[in-house]
Amino acid sequence: MPTPERGATLEVSIWRGGAEGAMRTYQVPARENQTVLDIVTYIQRELDPSLAYRFACRVGMCGSCAMTVNGRARWTCRTHASRVVGPDGKLELRPLANLPVIRDLATDMAPFFDKWAKAGGRFQPKDAKDGAVPEEFAVVPPTSKQRQEADAGIECIGCGVCYASCDVVAWNPDYLGPAALNRAWTLVNDVRDGARAERMEAVAGDAGCHSCHSTQSCTERCPKQLDPSASIAGLKRRLFWDTLLGRRG
Amino acid sequence: MSAARGQVHLWIVQRVTAMLLAVAVTVHLVTILLAVRGGLSAAELLGRLQGNAAWLCFYAVFALAAGLHGAIGLRNIAGESLGWRGRGFDLAWLGIGLLTALFGIRAAWGLYAA
Repeated sequence: MPTPERGATLEVSIWRGGAEGAMRTYQVPARENQTVLDIVTYIQRELDPSLAYRFACRVGMCGSCAMTVNGRARWTCRTHASRVVGPDGKLELRPLANLPVIRDLATDMAPFFDKWAKAGGRFQPKDAKDGAVPEEFAVVPPTSKQRQEADAGIECIGCGVCYASCDVVAWNPDYLGPAALNRAWTLVNDVRDGARAERMEAVAGDAGCHSCHSTQSCTERCPKQLDPSASIAGLKRRLFWDTLLGRRG
Repeated sequence: MSAARGQVHLWIVQRVTAMLLAVAVTVHLVTILLAVRGGLSAAELLGRLQGNAAWLCFYAVFALAAGLHGAIGLRNIAGESLGWRGRGFDLAWLGIGLLTALFGIRAAWGLYAA
Protein backbone atom coordinates (compact mmCIF):
# COMPACT_ATOMS: atom_id res chain seq x y z
CA MET A 1 0.00 0.00 0.00
CA PRO A 2 1.47 3.43 -0.92
CA THR A 3 1.80 6.18 1.71
CA PRO A 4 -1.79 7.17 2.57
CA GLU A 5 -3.01 10.66 1.69
CA ARG A 6 -4.06 12.99 4.46
CA GLY A 7 -7.61 12.19 5.46
CA ALA A 8 -7.56 8.75 3.82
CA THR A 9 -9.41 5.96 5.62
CA LEU A 10 -9.25 2.19 5.79
CA GLU A 11 -12.38 0.07 5.56
CA VAL A 12 -12.01 -2.46 8.36
CA SER A 13 -14.56 -5.26 8.72
CA ILE A 14 -14.50 -7.14 12.01
CA TRP A 15 -16.28 -10.23 13.27
CA ARG A 16 -18.76 -9.28 16.00
CA GLY A 17 -20.37 -11.95 18.15
CA GLY A 18 -19.49 -15.43 19.38
CA ALA A 19 -19.92 -18.64 17.38
CA GLU A 20 -22.88 -16.86 15.76
CA GLY A 21 -22.39 -13.31 14.64
CA ALA A 22 -21.74 -11.05 11.67
CA MET A 23 -19.12 -8.77 10.19
CA ARG A 24 -19.33 -5.07 11.02
CA THR A 25 -17.45 -2.40 9.10
CA TYR A 26 -15.57 0.60 10.53
CA GLN A 27 -13.80 3.52 8.87
CA VAL A 28 -10.39 4.04 10.43
CA PRO A 29 -7.91 6.85 9.59
CA ALA A 30 -5.02 5.51 7.51
CA ARG A 31 -1.64 6.43 8.93
CA GLU A 32 1.81 6.02 7.56
CA ASN A 33 2.83 3.85 10.49
CA GLN A 34 0.20 1.67 12.08
CA THR A 35 -0.02 -1.96 13.03
CA VAL A 36 -3.17 -4.06 12.77
CA LEU A 37 -3.32 -3.97 16.58
CA ASP A 38 -3.20 -0.13 16.44
CA ILE A 39 -6.22 -0.24 14.15
CA VAL A 40 -8.19 -2.52 16.48
CA THR A 41 -7.25 -0.36 19.47
CA TYR A 42 -8.38 2.76 17.60
CA ILE A 43 -11.75 1.18 16.89
CA GLN A 44 -12.25 0.16 20.50
CA ARG A 45 -11.17 3.52 21.95
CA GLU A 46 -12.71 5.87 19.43
CA LEU A 47 -15.55 4.11 17.63
CA ASP A 48 -16.94 1.14 19.54
CA PRO A 49 -15.93 0.45 23.16
CA SER A 50 -17.84 -2.86 23.14
CA LEU A 51 -15.28 -4.50 20.80
CA ALA A 52 -13.56 -7.43 22.54
CA TYR A 53 -9.96 -8.36 21.68
CA ARG A 54 -6.87 -9.45 23.53
CA PHE A 55 -3.35 -8.05 23.74
CA ALA A 56 -0.67 -7.44 26.36
CA CYS A 57 2.94 -6.66 25.43
CA ARG A 58 2.53 -5.02 21.98
CA VAL A 59 6.10 -6.03 21.07
CA GLY A 60 5.82 -9.65 19.91
CA MET A 61 6.68 -11.36 23.16
CA CYS A 62 3.47 -12.44 24.85
CA GLY A 63 1.61 -14.15 22.01
CA SER A 64 -1.84 -12.90 22.97
CA CYS A 65 -2.86 -10.68 20.04
CA ALA A 66 -3.06 -13.23 17.22
CA MET A 67 -6.08 -12.89 14.90
CA THR A 68 -7.10 -13.87 11.39
CA VAL A 69 -6.06 -10.97 9.18
CA ASN A 70 -7.44 -11.09 5.63
CA GLY A 71 -7.90 -14.85 5.96
CA ARG A 72 -4.51 -15.60 7.46
CA ALA A 73 -3.50 -16.03 11.12
CA ARG A 74 -0.97 -13.39 12.21
CA TRP A 75 0.36 -11.66 15.32
CA THR A 76 -1.28 -8.28 14.97
CA CYS A 77 1.13 -6.20 17.10
CA ARG A 78 3.98 -6.89 14.68
CA THR A 79 1.96 -6.80 11.49
CA HIS A 80 2.22 -3.45 9.78
CA ALA A 81 -1.03 -2.42 8.11
CA SER A 82 0.82 -1.56 4.90
CA ARG A 83 1.80 -5.23 4.54
CA VAL A 84 -1.73 -6.56 4.65
CA VAL A 85 -4.11 -3.82 3.45
CA GLY A 86 -4.80 -4.20 -0.25
CA PRO A 87 -4.86 -1.33 -2.76
CA ASP A 88 -8.63 -1.08 -2.12
CA GLY A 89 -7.89 0.00 1.47
CA LYS A 90 -9.83 -2.95 2.93
CA LEU A 91 -8.96 -5.09 5.93
CA GLU A 92 -10.86 -8.07 7.31
CA LEU A 93 -10.30 -9.24 10.89
CA ARG A 94 -11.68 -12.42 12.43
CA PRO A 95 -10.82 -14.41 15.55
CA LEU A 96 -8.29 -17.24 15.26
CA ALA A 97 -9.63 -20.36 13.55
CA ASN A 98 -9.84 -23.80 15.23
CA LEU A 99 -10.64 -22.30 18.65
CA PRO A 100 -13.97 -21.45 20.31
CA VAL A 101 -14.83 -17.77 20.00
CA ILE A 102 -15.56 -16.02 23.30
CA ARG A 103 -16.59 -12.75 21.70
CA ASP A 104 -15.52 -10.73 18.66
CA LEU A 105 -11.75 -11.17 18.22
CA ALA A 106 -11.09 -13.00 21.49
CA THR A 107 -10.87 -16.80 21.34
CA ASP A 108 -10.82 -19.28 24.20
CA MET A 109 -7.21 -20.52 24.26
CA ALA A 110 -7.93 -23.25 26.82
CA PRO A 111 -8.08 -26.17 24.32
CA PHE A 112 -4.76 -25.00 22.88
CA PHE A 113 -2.96 -24.96 26.24
CA ASP A 114 -4.72 -28.10 27.48
CA LYS A 115 -3.09 -29.89 24.57
CA TRP A 116 0.33 -28.57 25.61
CA ALA A 117 -0.24 -30.26 28.96
CA LYS A 118 -1.53 -33.42 27.25
CA ALA A 119 1.59 -33.60 25.07
CA GLY A 120 3.76 -33.62 28.20
CA GLY A 121 4.77 -29.99 27.76
CA ARG A 122 5.93 -29.62 31.36
CA PHE A 123 9.65 -29.91 32.13
CA GLN A 124 10.28 -32.73 34.60
CA PRO A 125 13.76 -32.43 36.15
CA LYS A 126 15.60 -35.76 36.11
CA ASP A 127 17.43 -34.98 39.35
CA ALA A 128 14.37 -33.82 41.28
CA LYS A 129 11.34 -35.95 40.48
CA ASP A 130 9.22 -34.31 43.16
CA GLY A 131 9.56 -30.98 41.36
CA ALA A 132 12.20 -29.57 43.71
CA VAL A 133 14.98 -27.38 42.35
CA PRO A 134 18.08 -29.51 41.56
CA GLU A 135 21.08 -28.76 43.75
CA GLU A 136 23.53 -28.22 40.91
CA PHE A 137 23.25 -26.41 37.59
CA ALA A 138 23.21 -28.83 34.69
CA VAL A 139 25.93 -28.20 32.13
CA VAL A 140 24.59 -28.58 28.59
CA PRO A 141 27.19 -27.83 25.90
CA PRO A 142 25.68 -25.30 23.43
CA THR A 143 27.23 -27.17 20.51
CA SER A 144 25.73 -30.56 21.41
CA LYS A 145 23.22 -31.92 18.87
CA GLN A 146 20.42 -32.24 21.41
CA ARG A 147 20.90 -28.70 22.67
CA GLN A 148 20.76 -27.40 19.10
CA GLU A 149 17.60 -29.40 18.38
CA ALA A 150 15.98 -27.97 21.52
CA ASP A 151 17.17 -24.44 20.75
CA ALA A 152 15.56 -24.57 17.31
CA GLY A 153 12.08 -24.76 18.82
CA ILE A 154 12.43 -23.11 22.21
CA GLU A 155 11.38 -19.56 21.30
CA CYS A 156 7.68 -20.36 20.92
CA ILE A 157 5.48 -17.63 22.45
CA GLY A 158 2.29 -19.70 22.41
CA CYS A 159 0.37 -17.33 20.13
CA GLY A 160 -1.69 -20.11 18.51
CA VAL A 161 -1.01 -18.95 14.93
CA CYS A 162 0.26 -22.41 13.93
CA TYR A 163 -2.70 -24.10 15.61
CA ALA A 164 -5.18 -21.87 13.78
CA SER A 165 -3.38 -22.50 10.47
CA CYS A 166 -3.29 -26.29 10.78
CA ASP A 167 -5.68 -28.30 8.57
CA VAL A 168 -5.21 -31.43 10.67
CA VAL A 169 -6.52 -29.62 13.77
CA ALA A 170 -9.60 -28.66 11.75
CA TRP A 171 -10.12 -32.29 10.64
CA ASN A 172 -9.37 -33.99 13.95
CA PRO A 173 -10.30 -32.04 17.10
CA ASP A 174 -8.18 -34.43 19.21
CA TYR A 175 -4.98 -33.63 17.30
CA LEU A 176 -2.47 -32.03 19.66
CA GLY A 177 -1.34 -29.47 17.09
CA PRO A 178 2.00 -28.02 16.01
CA ALA A 179 2.81 -25.90 19.08
CA ALA A 180 2.27 -28.69 21.63
CA LEU A 181 4.25 -31.18 19.56
CA ASN A 182 7.04 -28.64 19.00
CA ARG A 183 7.18 -28.11 22.76
CA ALA A 184 7.33 -31.87 23.34
CA TRP A 185 10.24 -32.16 20.88
CA THR A 186 12.24 -29.46 22.69
CA LEU A 187 11.80 -31.40 25.95
CA VAL A 188 12.63 -34.75 24.34
CA ASN A 189 15.96 -33.14 23.42
CA ASP A 190 16.46 -31.62 26.87
CA VAL A 191 19.10 -33.80 28.55
CA ARG A 192 17.98 -32.56 31.98
CA ASP A 193 14.46 -33.91 31.52
CA GLY A 194 13.40 -37.21 33.06
CA ALA A 195 9.97 -37.77 31.51
CA ARG A 196 11.02 -38.68 27.98
CA ALA A 197 9.34 -42.10 27.83
CA GLU A 198 5.95 -40.84 29.03
CA ARG A 199 6.15 -37.88 26.67
CA MET A 200 6.91 -40.06 23.65
CA GLU A 201 3.82 -42.14 24.48
CA ALA A 202 1.73 -38.96 24.82
CA VAL A 203 2.66 -37.71 21.36
CA ALA A 204 2.27 -41.05 19.51
CA GLY A 205 -0.68 -42.06 17.37
CA ASP A 206 -3.52 -40.36 15.50
CA ALA A 207 -3.99 -37.59 18.07
CA GLY A 208 -0.25 -36.98 18.05
CA CYS A 209 2.57 -36.56 15.57
CA HIS A 210 1.44 -39.38 13.27
CA SER A 211 -1.49 -37.38 11.89
CA CYS A 212 0.73 -34.57 10.59
CA HIS A 213 0.72 -34.32 6.78
CA SER A 214 3.87 -32.17 6.73
CA THR A 215 2.12 -29.50 4.66
CA GLN A 216 4.00 -27.00 6.80
CA SER A 217 1.42 -24.23 7.19
CA CYS A 218 2.67 -24.00 10.79
CA THR A 219 6.23 -23.41 9.64
CA GLU A 220 5.12 -20.98 6.93
CA ARG A 221 3.05 -18.88 9.33
CA CYS A 222 4.98 -19.03 12.61
CA PRO A 223 5.74 -15.38 13.43
CA LYS A 224 8.88 -16.48 15.29
CA GLN A 225 10.15 -18.37 12.22
CA LEU A 226 10.17 -21.65 14.11
CA ASP A 227 9.76 -24.95 12.28
CA PRO A 228 7.14 -27.04 14.13
CA SER A 229 6.87 -29.27 11.08
CA ALA A 230 10.52 -30.32 11.51
CA SER A 231 9.94 -30.93 15.23
CA ILE A 232 6.99 -33.21 14.40
CA ALA A 233 9.13 -35.03 11.82
CA GLY A 234 11.73 -35.50 14.58
CA LEU A 235 9.14 -37.09 16.85
CA LYS A 236 7.97 -39.41 14.06
CA ARG A 237 11.54 -40.44 13.27
CA ARG A 238 12.30 -41.13 16.93
CA LEU A 239 9.11 -43.17 17.40
CA PHE A 240 9.76 -45.10 14.17
CA TRP A 241 13.13 -46.37 15.35
CA ASP A 242 12.08 -46.75 19.00
CA THR A 243 9.18 -48.97 17.90
CA LEU A 244 11.16 -51.01 15.36
CA LEU A 245 14.05 -51.58 17.76
CA GLY A 246 11.76 -52.34 20.71
CA ARG A 247 12.95 -49.38 22.78
CA ARG A 248 9.46 -48.23 23.85
CA GLY A 249 9.18 -50.65 26.73
CA MET B 1 -1.99 -52.95 23.11
CA SER B 2 -3.06 -49.32 23.48
CA ALA B 3 -4.94 -47.65 20.65
CA ALA B 4 -2.09 -45.20 20.09
CA ARG B 5 0.39 -48.08 19.78
CA GLY B 6 -1.74 -49.76 17.12
CA GLN B 7 -1.97 -46.45 15.25
CA VAL B 8 1.82 -46.08 15.33
CA HIS B 9 2.17 -49.61 13.94
CA LEU B 10 -0.22 -48.79 11.09
CA TRP B 11 1.81 -45.64 10.37
CA ILE B 12 5.04 -47.63 10.32
CA VAL B 13 3.53 -50.28 8.04
CA GLN B 14 2.45 -47.54 5.64
CA ARG B 15 5.93 -45.97 5.56
CA VAL B 16 7.73 -49.30 5.14
CA THR B 17 5.33 -50.42 2.38
CA ALA B 18 5.92 -47.05 0.67
CA MET B 19 9.64 -47.84 0.57
CA LEU B 20 8.93 -51.30 -0.85
CA LEU B 21 6.51 -49.85 -3.41
CA ALA B 22 9.08 -47.34 -4.62
CA VAL B 23 11.31 -50.25 -5.66
CA ALA B 24 8.49 -52.58 -6.75
CA VAL B 25 6.74 -50.02 -8.97
CA THR B 26 10.05 -49.18 -10.67
CA VAL B 27 10.74 -52.87 -11.40
CA HIS B 28 7.13 -53.27 -12.55
CA LEU B 29 7.30 -50.32 -14.99
CA VAL B 30 10.67 -51.36 -16.40
CA THR B 31 9.33 -54.90 -16.86
CA ILE B 32 6.29 -53.57 -18.74
CA LEU B 33 8.50 -51.51 -21.05
CA LEU B 34 10.76 -54.47 -21.78
CA ALA B 35 7.97 -57.06 -22.00
CA VAL B 36 5.89 -55.24 -24.62
CA ARG B 37 8.86 -54.95 -27.01
CA GLY B 38 8.42 -58.50 -28.17
CA GLY B 39 4.62 -58.23 -28.27
CA LEU B 40 2.49 -59.03 -25.26
CA SER B 41 1.21 -62.61 -25.37
CA ALA B 42 0.01 -65.17 -22.86
CA ALA B 43 2.79 -67.52 -23.90
CA GLU B 44 5.41 -64.84 -23.29
CA LEU B 45 3.95 -64.03 -19.85
CA LEU B 46 3.88 -67.66 -18.83
CA GLY B 47 7.40 -68.13 -20.16
CA ARG B 48 8.62 -65.52 -17.76
CA LEU B 49 6.50 -66.31 -14.70
CA GLN B 50 5.62 -70.00 -14.75
CA GLY B 51 7.62 -71.90 -12.14
CA ASN B 52 9.76 -68.86 -11.40
CA ALA B 53 9.96 -68.53 -7.60
CA ALA B 54 11.81 -65.17 -7.76
CA TRP B 55 8.98 -63.51 -9.71
CA LEU B 56 6.37 -65.14 -7.46
CA CYS B 57 8.16 -63.77 -4.43
CA PHE B 58 8.43 -60.31 -6.02
CA TYR B 59 4.74 -60.11 -6.91
CA ALA B 60 3.65 -61.48 -3.53
CA VAL B 61 5.61 -58.76 -1.71
CA PHE B 62 4.37 -56.16 -4.22
CA ALA B 63 0.72 -57.17 -3.75
CA LEU B 64 1.03 -57.27 0.03
CA ALA B 65 2.66 -53.83 0.14
CA ALA B 66 0.11 -52.32 -2.27
CA GLY B 67 -2.87 -53.80 -0.42
CA LEU B 68 -1.77 -52.62 3.00
CA HIS B 69 -0.49 -49.24 1.83
CA GLY B 70 -3.70 -48.42 -0.01
CA ALA B 71 -6.00 -49.52 2.81
CA ILE B 72 -4.11 -47.56 5.47
CA GLY B 73 -4.16 -44.50 3.23
CA LEU B 74 -7.92 -44.83 2.76
CA ARG B 75 -8.29 -45.28 6.53
CA ASN B 76 -6.56 -41.93 7.08
CA ILE B 77 -8.70 -40.18 4.48
CA ALA B 78 -11.90 -41.69 5.93
CA GLY B 79 -10.87 -40.67 9.46
CA GLU B 80 -10.16 -37.09 8.48
CA SER B 81 -13.00 -36.43 6.06
CA LEU B 82 -15.79 -38.74 7.28
CA GLY B 83 -14.87 -39.08 10.94
CA TRP B 84 -14.62 -42.90 10.64
CA ARG B 85 -12.31 -43.52 13.59
CA GLY B 86 -11.81 -46.27 16.13
CA ARG B 87 -10.60 -49.82 16.50
CA GLY B 88 -13.53 -51.33 14.58
CA PHE B 89 -12.78 -49.23 11.50
CA ASP B 90 -9.05 -49.95 11.84
CA LEU B 91 -9.64 -53.69 11.85
CA ALA B 92 -12.01 -53.38 8.89
CA TRP B 93 -9.40 -51.44 6.88
CA LEU B 94 -6.72 -53.97 7.81
CA GLY B 95 -9.05 -56.72 6.59
CA ILE B 96 -9.70 -54.87 3.32
CA GLY B 97 -5.95 -54.37 2.85
CA LEU B 98 -5.16 -58.04 3.41
CA LEU B 99 -8.04 -59.15 1.18
CA THR B 100 -6.84 -56.88 -1.64
CA ALA B 101 -3.34 -58.27 -1.18
CA LEU B 102 -4.70 -61.80 -1.27
CA PHE B 103 -6.30 -61.20 -4.69
CA GLY B 104 -2.93 -60.06 -6.03
CA ILE B 105 -1.05 -62.94 -4.45
CA ARG B 106 -3.60 -65.41 -5.81
CA ALA B 107 -3.07 -64.01 -9.32
CA ALA B 108 0.72 -64.30 -8.96
CA TRP B 109 0.35 -67.86 -7.68
CA GLY B 110 -1.95 -68.69 -10.58
CA LEU B 111 0.74 -67.64 -13.09
CA TYR B 112 3.47 -69.44 -11.14
CA ALA B 113 1.56 -72.70 -10.89
CA ALA B 114 -0.13 -72.52 -14.32
